[in-house]
Amino acid sequence: MTKSQLIEAVVANGGYPRKAVEVAVNAMFDEMVDAMKRSERIEIRGFGNFTVRPYKAYTGRNPKTGTKVEVDAKLMPRFKVGKDLKERINNG
Amino acid sequence: MTKADLVEAVYHRLDGFSKKESADIVESIFETMKETLSRGDKIKISGFGNFEVKHKNKRPGRNPQTGEQIIITERRVLKFKPSQVLKNALNV
Repeated sequence: MTKSQLIEAVVANGGYPRKAVEVAVNAMFDEMVDAMKRSERIEIRGFGNFTVRPYKAYTGRNPKTGTKVEVDAKLMPRFKVGKDLKERINNG
Repeated sequence: MTKADLVEAVYHRLDGFSKKESADIVESIFETMKETLSRGDKIKISGFGNFEVKHKNKRPGRNPQTGEQIIITERRVLKFKPSQVLKNALNV
């Protein structure tokens, strides 16, 4: 399911106009990206939490050629699934 | 950041919808995503990331507290893969 298919499905579920749902979906994901840029934790009850974790620099290797590559320290988003959704997925 | 902050953001971007309706739309978006994932379908949000349900086979494990051998049953788990766009946005 793509973002536009998600919008269609929400329209079909809730009876709100497509334009409003489209604006809402975009506002929601934009807002979450902005929060992550501030390294802020996002908690959505019943869905899950997003956190931004710092990773240290390390020396890696190109698996094809074997040459050493310096990998810089970086921030990476992490998602932990909520209890409710975890159970629904496993039992669905 | 919680769902209430997302409702606020959606409310500010929508024209002619109440706070209550904005909350309803946000709720509907998460519920639709949960239904989709519970069916085992994947969700791809460009600029954000992909949510994918993975099937895990049963495997032997250990209770880390007691060292007792146990079988981890087969299960379905949710995996979030952040988009390259999001990863880049966190590391500018």
